[in-house]
Amino acid sequence: MIFAAIMFYVFAAVTVASGVLVVSARNPVHSVLWLILAFFNSAGLFILLGAEFLAMILVIVYVGAVAVLFLFVVMMLDINFAELRSGFMRYLPIGALIGFVLLAELVLVFGHWVIAPGVGALGVAPVTAPAAAQAAPLTNTRALGNLLYTRYLFGFQTAGVILLVAMIGAIVLTLRERAGVRRQRISEQVGRSRAEAVAIVKVPLGGAVGEPVREPGE
Amino acid sequence: MDEISLAHYLTVAAILFTLGVFGIFLNRKNVIIIMMSIELMLLAVNINFVAFSVALNDLVGQVFAMFVLTVAAAEAAIGLAILVVYFRNRGTIEVEDIHMMKG
Repeated sequence: MIFAAIMFYVFAAVTVASGVLVVSARNPVHSVLWLILAFFNSAGLFILLGAEFLAMILVIVYVGAVAVLFLFVVMMLDINFAELRSGFMRYLPIGALIGFVLLAELVLVFGHWVIAPGVGALGVAPVTAPAAAQAAPLTNTRALGNLLYTRYLFGFQTAGVILLVAMIGAIVLTLRERAGVRRQRISEQVGRSRAEAVAIVKVPLGGAVGEPVREPGE
Repeated sequence: MDEISLAHYLTVAAILFTLGVFGIFLNRKNVIIIMMSIELMLLAVNINFVAFSVALNDLVGQVFAMFVLTVAAAEAAIGLAILVVYFRNRGTIEVEDIHMMKG
């Protein structure tokens, strides 16, 4: 138990520290790297909570896809980041003030939060199975799958459609046709026939090859 | 001290969310950092979802955390694509310069 507590404090501290560095790092590439560290440590928090599947999804989706996407974009854009930071100190007081107010509100809310007694029994899908079913305890992944593919099937499908739309949208937005690019057109190459590709010229004896009928390949 | 409760997780999530808001104010010119701050806020929301899911013994919170993850990924992809296109057209990503559709 004490081990879990120590791990919680380690993960929480590193998550918060990397969160601070994400917003305050001088170099956006460093920001992305701190963001990745924050995601890894939140995955650790999820594991401590017993949500192993979400922890793995967090690592795969956030670290593997989103953070790498950020990294690519930061490196791809040729921007003077020092200039973008020029108002940093000017916005610090107002940002700190609003952040402090928001944090105070959240602390007040959570401090007075009372969970109604017996609300745990109202759950749609209990995490811990009732004692009768304890003979074969479900893993977190399996329980989540049982729920996701039955009760939340439509939500799951909608999530897939959202991802598809995002993918197509991103491709459509960033695809561009460049003029004057020479590309190999394989279908045209393969579709050529002998008649249009080869010209046979009868050369008279002792004479020169006259004007060819047609330049091959043109 | 050595008993980690729901409140501990909620505190971490609240601090992370506040950091996200703070980051938006701090980096008002840099769209990329603003998007990263939004990712931080979504992460805080996810921590809340999972913490409540475990505290209330209900898996639905984890299902919805997954949906939040999906939306976050889609949002990041579209946002960054718009950013790349904008940079290609204008050569800058300063927030104050983004007023093409203002009319």
